[in-house]
Amino acid sequence: MAADVRLMKTAAELALADAFAAVKSTLPGDAAVAAQRTAAFETFASVGLPHRRVESWRYTDLRALLREAPPLASAAGPEALARSLAACPMLAGMEARRIYVVNGAFVSDISDLANLEPGVSISSLATALGAADPLVAHLGQTVASSDAALALNTAFMGDGVVIALAEGATLSRPLHLVFVTTEATATAAYTRSLLVMGKGASAQVIESHEGPAGAAYQVNTALEVVVGEGASLERVKITAEGNDALHISTLLARVADGAKLANANFTLGGAIIRNQLLVQLAGEGIDASLSGVSLLAGKQHSDTLLAVEHIAPNCQSREQFRTVVDDTARDIFQGRISVRQSAQKTDARMMSRALLLSDTAESDNKPELEIFADDVQCGHGCTTGSLDQQLKFYMMSRGIPEKEAEALLIQAFVGEVIDAIGHEGVRAALTDATRNWLIERK
Amino acid sequence: MTPLLEIRDLHAEIAGGRKIINGMNLTINPGEVHAIMGPNGAGKSTLSYVLSGKPGYEITGGEVIFRGVNLQELSPDERAAQGLFLCFQYPLEIPGVSNMAFLHTAANSQRKKRGEPELTSPELVRKVRELGKQLGIDTDMLKRPVNVGFSGGEKKRNETLQMMLLEPYLSILDEADSGLDIDALKVVSNGVNAMRSPERSMLVITHYQRLLDYIVPDVVHVFAAGRIVHTGGKELALELEATGYAQYQNEAA
Ligand SMILES: Nc1ncnc2c1ncn2[C@@H]1O[C@H](COP(=O)(O)OP(=O)(O)OP(=O)(O)O)[C@@H](O)[C@H]1O
Ligand SMILES: [Mg+2]
Repeated sequence: MAADVRLMKTAAELALADAFAAVKSTLPGDAAVAAQRTAAFETFASVGLPHRRVESWRYTDLRALLREAPPLASAAGPEALARSLAACPMLAGMEARRIYVVNGAFVSDISDLANLEPGVSISSLATALGAADPLVAHLGQTVASSDAALALNTAFMGDGVVIALAEGATLSRPLHLVFVTTEATATAAYTRSLLVMGKGASAQVIESHEGPAGAAYQVNTALEVVVGEGASLERVKITAEGNDALHISTLLARVADGAKLANANFTLGGAIIRNQLLVQLAGEGIDASLSGVSLLAGKQHSDTLLAVEHIAPNCQSREQFRTVVDDTARDIFQGRISVRQSAQKTDARMMSRALLLSDTAESDNKPELEIFADDVQCGHGCTTGSLDQQLKFYMMSRGIPEKEAEALLIQAFVGEVIDAIGHEGVRAALTDATRNWLIERK
Repeated sequence: MTPLLEIRDLHAEIAGGRKIINGMNLTINPGEVHAIMGPNGAGKSTLSYVLSGKPGYEITGGEVIFRGVNLQELSPDERAAQGLFLCFQYPLEIPGVSNMAFLHTAANSQRKKRGEPELTSPELVRKVRELGKQLGIDTDMLKRPVNVGFSGGEKKRNETLQMMLLEPYLSILDEADSGLDIDALKVVSNGVNAMRSPERSMLVITHYQRLLDYIVPDVVHVFAAGRIVHTGGKELALELEATGYAQYQNEAA
């Protein structure tokens, strides 16, 4: 350990080391999990917080941004739990099974765990780790990554949601994982969730993240997904954290033969938001869609890292990202599609587009293709632009006020992604959320 | 009679200092149809943009009074609500905004500004479908994004539909006939004629007498080098067809 500590430089890194030493014996899991945590922390300690010189983090210098390592969040009291029930108002009208993770802890008391569909199990990660549930063997095994932020998550993972769908199991209504931070002080929460879908299983999962304004809390959350043969998953992640929050999220998804994966990220809240999407198309004939919409204003900083790996032949992937950036906000998109030599007949298309609403808004767009197979159809593109003044005039000449014309154009811009979401209720909610964002902009 | 539109000694330029409108005068009374003909590059489209308030087109002298209001003080959407409509020479495509939603927003924005009751969705849909039928625009085109993938003629029909829905006092038709086949020309002209009334006026910009066979003007103006250089009755259009603009261009210079 001594050698590792010497490499540590910042106060936050030192505080993280102290925190890990202090809590590691109290974190859930058997000796194997404890070893996994220690190894993960060592991975982190050997490189420290990601900084500019780490390519995948070059636009988000966590070492500079993360000044402190606040204490781990503690369990919410009854009043805070009651408030959590009202979380994610934009989806309030939607029929869903809601599972609550408050201040980093799965709260079974307020979660809807009754009458699970046949072949479906839902439990807390803490319980699964404590009971050495065989499912936890998947942790860290879905997609290999040496990312330092993910390593921190593995070291500190305290709780989360573990979901399994047996072969052929189907969710009769969407599953809404509601992540809430309730404390007004600076805290940190490390949640890790797992979704294992058997052959032919099908699910719609919505994940929402939110917390109080004015609190400099930190969320480091990860979800590992195994999409079995012929299974179908639609996941929508809504990031609506408080305006001072730091949110780091990692999706690790491994997809098998003939499966369908549609993942959409909708980002509108948080001071610093980092979404990492690491997807492995490990089987043949997969249909994958990775998409995102970010609506950024003020001083928000949002960074999306996408890495899709085509490993087997005949898979299709579509990557569609749209960002609207106002004020002095900044959006970063780094996307990479890798096509291994074994992945012949890959059909992959990535497009990321940014719409800048102010002269001081910023967008960095870095799409990349890495192709080792010769018989593939791959393409990528990116655009950065401002609102089309000619279109705006055309609309205004029909009597539409300026702000309304802008709003229609912005909605059309993000609508391309939102309209592709399968669940009608979610689609409508995100459309409304976009409209509300535009109204607040005025 | 109070004129509907009065342009007095108008001078206007395009951002960057190019002067295009050069001391223009024109009075249009309610109910009148005026045609403007003139050589390419004379400034006809520019005039239509100046009237409708396009950014980058600056009035540097004179004034334009429309229904008693100085247009320069109004933004483009306010001008539209006041009853001004420009049928674009090249209608724009708006990806992602459905025709129906666009029409709904436009109609109700105007009504709201004028303090009139807004149209409900069913009312609007009924109205739009009726107009669509008259103009040969099917339901599918109404659902599609505004003008996206429309043919040139379909775009012009769509412009006509917008005009008929919004019922402006003054419609400026900038080459409404360009790109139209003979049948479409009739359809669009019938739409325009249906709007003619004692209180509605039109300013029809065209290169061809043919359109004026369908939309018969009360007055024809020759527009050259940024102003009206000659005015006559509807027979002037026929003369121009034979003689061209050479004599008037000399006059303008
Ligand atoms: N945005 C612009 N910037 C610079 N010059 C312009 C711009 N728009 C138009 N012009 C110039 O202004 C002059 C008038 O153009 P305008 O389009 O008004 O002519 P027009 O009479 O409508 O011609 P046409 O009959 O070909 O439609 C032309 O010389 C044109 O090149
Ligand atoms: Mg023209």
